[in-house]
Amino acid sequence: MSAPADPLVVADDAAVSDHPGQKAPSAVVVRGRRSLVLRRFRRRRGAMVALGVLVLMFVGAFLGPVIYQAITGWTYSTQDYTAFLQPPSPDHWFGTTQIGQDVFAQTMRGLQKSLIIGLLVALISTGLAAVVGACAGYFGGWVDRALMWGVDLLLVIPSFLVVAIISPAFQSAGWLVLVFLIAIFAWMITARIVRGMTLSLKEREFVLAARYSGVSSAGIIFRHLIPNMSSLLIIDATIAVATAIIAETGLSYFGFGVQPPDVSLGNLIASGTRSAFTFPWLFLFAGGLLVATTLAVSVIGDALRDALDPASSRAGGTK
Amino acid sequence: MGRFLLKRLANYVVLVVVATTLAYIVASLALNPRSTYEGRNPPPPAAVVEQQLTAYGVNDKDPLLGRYADWIGGVVLHGDFGQTVRGQDINDQLGSRALVSLRLLVLGSIIGAVVGVLAGVVSAIKKYKVTDRAITAYSFFFIATPVFFTAVLLKFGALSVNDAVGSTVLYYTGYETPNLQAGFWGHVADQVGHLILPTLSIALGQIAYFSRYQRNAMLDVMNSDFLRTAEAKGLTRRKALYKHGLRTALIPMATLLAYSFGTLAVGATFTEKIFGWHGMGEWLVDSITSQDINVVATVTLFTAVFILISGFLADVIYAVLDPRVRV
Repeated sequence: MSAPADPLVVADDAAVSDHPGQKAPSAVVVRGRRSLVLRRFRRRRGAMVALGVLVLMFVGAFLGPVIYQAITGWTYSTQDYTAFLQPPSPDHWFGTTQIGQDVFAQTMRGLQKSLIIGLLVALISTGLAAVVGACAGYFGGWVDRALMWGVDLLLVIPSFLVVAIISPAFQSAGWLVLVFLIAIFAWMITARIVRGMTLSLKEREFVLAARYSGVSSAGIIFRHLIPNMSSLLIIDATIAVATAIIAETGLSYFGFGVQPPDVSLGNLIASGTRSAFTFPWLFLFAGGLLVATTLAVSVIGDALRDALDPASSRAGGTK
Repeated sequence: MGRFLLKRLANYVVLVVVATTLAYIVASLALNPRSTYEGRNPPPPAAVVEQQLTAYGVNDKDPLLGRYADWIGGVVLHGDFGQTVRGQDINDQLGSRALVSLRLLVLGSIIGAVVGVLAGVVSAIKKYKVTDRAITAYSFFFIATPVFFTAVLLKFGALSVNDAVGSTVLYYTGYETPNLQAGFWGHVADQVGHLILPTLSIALGQIAYFSRYQRNAMLDVMNSDFLRTAEAKGLTRRKALYKHGLRTALIPMATLLAYSFGTLAVGATFTEKIFGWHGMGEWLVDSITSQDINVVATVTLFTAVFILISGFLADVIYAVLDPRVRV
């Protein structure tokens, strides 16, 4: 039993004319959902710039350290004993720290860690939100009440607080535990939205037809309900990347996140804050990259919302 | 409406109790107050360590539920939050720290919500014009900027302004000038001066969030049938928007207001640390570092109550705005 025909499979904008007297084209170009979404997305200049910035960040974070080491010979853990607190120079592109570590190499390593954590948290939290929200909405009754009460409870306790309490106990286990801790507290509001959408979707004909055809509840949830919310989930996952990066950075800022000798943007910013006014390169490069990354992700998320939502006021690309 | 609010209030009370219980249990399992005695030189006798940990109610050899019952009993029956791991009364610090934080949180949230909603409405009405683009750019930037980055930049700006003027115009450390010789209004002016930058650092992000959501809510309403009907019945576009549209667009904002307080409380933690405010957030970070279970539980209780009071206020606003709730 498949979902209803996609409303986005429509005629190409340029192929249909409302103006009288204008000759109609000989053939109507029918576009699939994917190409239409891509077309709408590409129309947004800001989104394309943001995408470029994000690609640049990924290239910088993952290839940057390798190329930089080949050019200058410095890595995030090596020290230059002849250059303490040196400003940016051809030898050290972003300057050096109090103990002669290269700020560029450290910042790229930190960005790499923050991006990986952001992506993993987004995947886990969005998946969790989709499953919990869909189950609550679909089953209703006590299942719904229990799950939503749990959501309310998790919203009452600030996640930052709980993760900050728990994370020191798992510091030896590494940063993967941090990913799960952040993800566990990052899904609740999305789950509420998914639940609301499920309540509306479960009364639709294609879900009823699937139910009468004998499809199991799990089958309906995973094959019919969740795929029909893919637009929302894609948008949410995108925004969750930015939220997770900020959460990880915040925890690391206070020393509850990624632990030395490893680096993240958070502990780089924390150590840079102390001398932000006297040696600004220690703070501004890491902070600037953090803002640029989260800003790019937010702009992409917003553009995706407009591209994926046919009812969106800007979706068509016209003003 | 009264029944709806009473039901919500009862739910909130249960949530506070469960949240505090969970926080106490998590803190007791994750933190190790015993470690504060282990690094001392000369090491204190084992019997003394046991005695002190038991006296402070944080001895891991005592049953966890018994310790929790003692602590929550003290809170409920006597308003006594226990002692810190260094033997100081929590109550002695709680009042002053709570006032410091509340000053920041209440002001930040009011400014954030009011200015944010207004900016969102203006942005929606002036859709795609320069004003809208400017507000959208602002909101994107500050949603993407963590509080600690904003706070440091504001501090940086304050230093530059003070250097340019040649005297301290903008205060960026502490919440008052120590040993200030001034009258009542002098003290008030001094505290307001110290409030500006920390409040701004958390309000800027709040304004961004609220304006973004309010803009989307307002745009949804502007395209709705009931607004067209109101106009068709003779109301001007402006009157229809403000009398019917804005009221409807504010309903989802009430929910956002409730949930934003959690973010605000976390944001205040960074702000307090950066601007040297001795509030609840700073206390929390220090207490986790010093393995202080009772303080962590106390701060959690404070935060949960604060969030739920804001949630209840949001419910009141919701009930006032949405006539369906009042039935």
